[in-house]
Amino acid sequence: MAAVTALRSSYRTAGRLVCIHRVRSSSGIRFIKSKYVCVFDKSALKFSHQQRLFRTSAVSCGQIVQFKLSDIGEGITEVTVKEWYIKEGDSVSQFDSICEVQSDKASVTITSRYDGIIRKLHYNVDDIAFVGKPLVDIEIDASKGVSPEEDVVETPPMSHEEHTHQEIKGHKTLATPAVRRLAMENNIKLSEVVGTGKDNRILKEDILNYLAKQTGAILPPSPKAEIIPPLPKSETVPAAPKDRARKIPVPVSRPIVFSGKDKTEPVTGFHKAMVKTMSAALKIPHFGYCDEIDLTQLVQLREELKPLAQVRGVKLSFMPFFIKAASLGLLQYPILNASLDESCQNVTYKASHNIGVAMDTEQGLIVPNVKNVQVCSVFEIASELNRLQSLGSAGQLGTNDLTGGTFTLSNIGTIGGTYAKPVILPPEVAIGALGKIQVLPRFNGKGEVFKAQIMNVSWSADHRIIDGATMARFSNLWKSYLENPASMLLDLK
Amino acid sequence: MVLQSSLKNCLQLSCILRTPKAGFRSTTSGSLIIQSTSNDVYQNLAVEDWIHDHMNLENRQVLFLWRNSPAVVIGRHQNPWQECNLRLLRQKNIKLARRRSGGGTVYHDLGNINLTFFTSRKKYERMENLKLVVKALKALRPELDVRVTDRYDILLDRHYKISGTAAKLGRTSAYHHCTLLCNADKFVLSSVLKSPYKGIKSNATPSVPASVKNLFEEDPSLTSEMLLDAIAEEYATQHQTDHHITLINPADETVLPGINNKTKELQTWEWVYGKTPKFSVSTCFNMVYKDSVLDVKVDMDVKHGRIEVCNIDLPEQWLPPALSSELVKSLTGSKFCPNEITTLVTTLLRVCPQDEELQSRWNLLCENMIMLM
Repeated sequence: MAAVTALRSSYRTAGRLVCIHRVRSSSGIRFIKSKYVCVFDKSALKFSHQQRLFRTSAVSCGQIVQFKLSDIGEGITEVTVKEWYIKEGDSVSQFDSICEVQSDKASVTITSRYDGIIRKLHYNVDDIAFVGKPLVDIEIDASKGVSPEEDVVETPPMSHEEHTHQEIKGHKTLATPAVRRLAMENNIKLSEVVGTGKDNRILKEDILNYLAKQTGAILPPSPKAEIIPPLPKSETVPAAPKDRARKIPVPVSRPIVFSGKDKTEPVTGFHKAMVKTMSAALKIPHFGYCDEIDLTQLVQLREELKPLAQVRGVKLSFMPFFIKAASLGLLQYPILNASLDESCQNVTYKASHNIGVAMDTEQGLIVPNVKNVQVCSVFEIASELNRLQSLGSAGQLGTNDLTGGTFTLSNIGTIGGTYAKPVILPPEVAIGALGKIQVLPRFNGKGEVFKAQIMNVSWSADHRIIDGATMARFSNLWKSYLENPASMLLDLK
Repeated sequence: MVLQSSLKNCLQLSCILRTPKAGFRSTTSGSLIIQSTSNDVYQNLAVEDWIHDHMNLENRQVLFLWRNSPAVVIGRHQNPWQECNLRLLRQKNIKLARRRSGGGTVYHDLGNINLTFFTSRKKYERMENLKLVVKALKALRPELDVRVTDRYDILLDRHYKISGTAAKLGRTSAYHHCTLLCNADKFVLSSVLKSPYKGIKSNATPSVPASVKNLFEEDPSLTSEMLLDAIAEEYATQHQTDHHITLINPADETVLPGINNKTKELQTWEWVYGKTPKFSVSTCFNMVYKDSVLDVKVDMDVKHGRIEVCNIDLPEQWLPPALSSELVKSLTGSKFCPNEITTLVTTLLRVCPQDEELQSRWNLLCENMIMLM
């Protein structure tokens, strides 16, 4: 590798600063050439006397700049580093958040002054950082994918004041700070904009034209988003331009760019629980049995009883009736309230009817159960359901509420659907899914059409110990209790 | 008396806020006083974020007045398990929020008012703001013994803290906010701010407990509204602007585009709990089972609010080793959150041998583990 030396010669020509240096070459044999490089804005002149040359290392292709921790104010000299938003090797853009530091009740977001790649973090979390000392080392982008005899860019050392034109990306992008800010606010890379000014300088009109071409309309500048990076940068186009796009009649044919990315995350928590349960459920040979229930009479009954329950402070839905009817049915067909052991050697007939109710919460599916339904009144069941529902939505259900279930009902109908194919929750042997109540025309005994409140039920049972006939008879019994609620009175204990 | 803003002024504000880029070429003086119409802590914190991110404060300053329904607000780098009684919060339905500024934990309710002073980064000056508040209080009730300390607290009668401070600095703008205790529920305050969790080792910013007093106790004629108004008036005088408070609805996307996303983000588990700096829990508890008392030792490392490493020391064979390793495996990687762990452990019960003795032991152990969260 040819040794790198840098010649420096600087002179001012009508407000410009030009530097010549030798160029690094990748093979030892090539000639070293020198070229003119980089043009600075006038404001750089003030610091020209501070200019130093950076000796480029043989390995990297960019300049490593030490980004120092700038003054926090109020005479503070040291802060604690609390969180890094980037790690070594990440690429950053100017104004991206780098880290969060804290000093005496003030939390400060440090943003990058450069575009480049993070090469070194000078502190760990909880270390004390000092104002004026280096915080990170950033490798400034040099040109990309161009011939090895490319010029090496020299960057003057930064002062405390902000410049908006710090790095030159290997090709000349002339633009005033105001124009650069406009480009930045609209997430436009200056390298993609065609400059129409002198020496291909990019003017404000060029940015606006570029924007117009992109969307077919002049956009209002989107608000600066200085949001902390852990949020995915999925700021979609704000609603206003979409509306405007709809009003514009002429469709602009442009390639459809979809910038969405796949997201992989580990399965944890609620989902992990579901995976375990359903994997175990797979081992159970399911069979299904479905039917249609005429709830016309029950609907009427509930309307009458709702205010009575309200007075006692309980919200009465249909579920307490479904649950109580199921328990009455289980008294006749106890095998549906049983459990088969691991080796399928023994069937345990459970004495308590602990009927589970599938609940949909923000986090996912949970199944708390109402204990001992066989000795509860419909009102008591309703009251217990209320308690479980409020705990469930607050995320405060206890282990006792979530264990010990022997039979489950899932009222998927509150969300929608008619027939379903529910999955049995081990160690139970049966489950019922209730569809939504629909008003449908049906024929009565006299052959007349009347308005009926119809609900569908879909049962699944473990075919190792439950046969179709048992399931059908249980379902018929349950159905008869609900279609004629007065008959429940006969069998209530 | 708080002046209601006229529709015209709302529109004026919305014009100003909708074109932050234009800068504020307003002919009146730069400063603005706004008050939130909401008592939701997340919405109000979102307004702070929004102003910090989107308003051009180069030539203007903003005072934001807000109050919250009961909530506990922890600082950016704090550990909620260390700072407050999370069980009690959940029981009483008190919200937990994490703000973006530093500092310690505070209890908010409608008797505690919040003031946020927005300035450019260069004009960030906490002492001045607090002196303004003290001046306003003295103008309202000259006999009040209130003063600012060098820790940026405001003390009443030299002992009692009535205001705490925190700040957030960004690239171009900054804000300093503080509370002011007018008539908060001190009983709830002291009970929620006491953490029952033992054995937590962490580098999170700890809060410094202090004795507090309500201004109402000193002078029962004071109300939160009076204090807000007095401070607004003092601010208006010092910044040479109209004493005019503009009302802001933190749910209004037309005035504050993008605000609802900010509100949502502040409510996510990942922000409130997940942003807790790494910590470890090293504790033990006694379990009473049948006629014996068992000692259980637990060690956990929690990072980003999730259990990274978990170790449970049980008496030998109290639970079959397969089951205890299954428990540890499930806990690892899960959120350090009672709801999630409860769901997990109760589900695991479905797929293990249906032995009543075994299951009651499992339940007992899990319930005790969940109490740690």
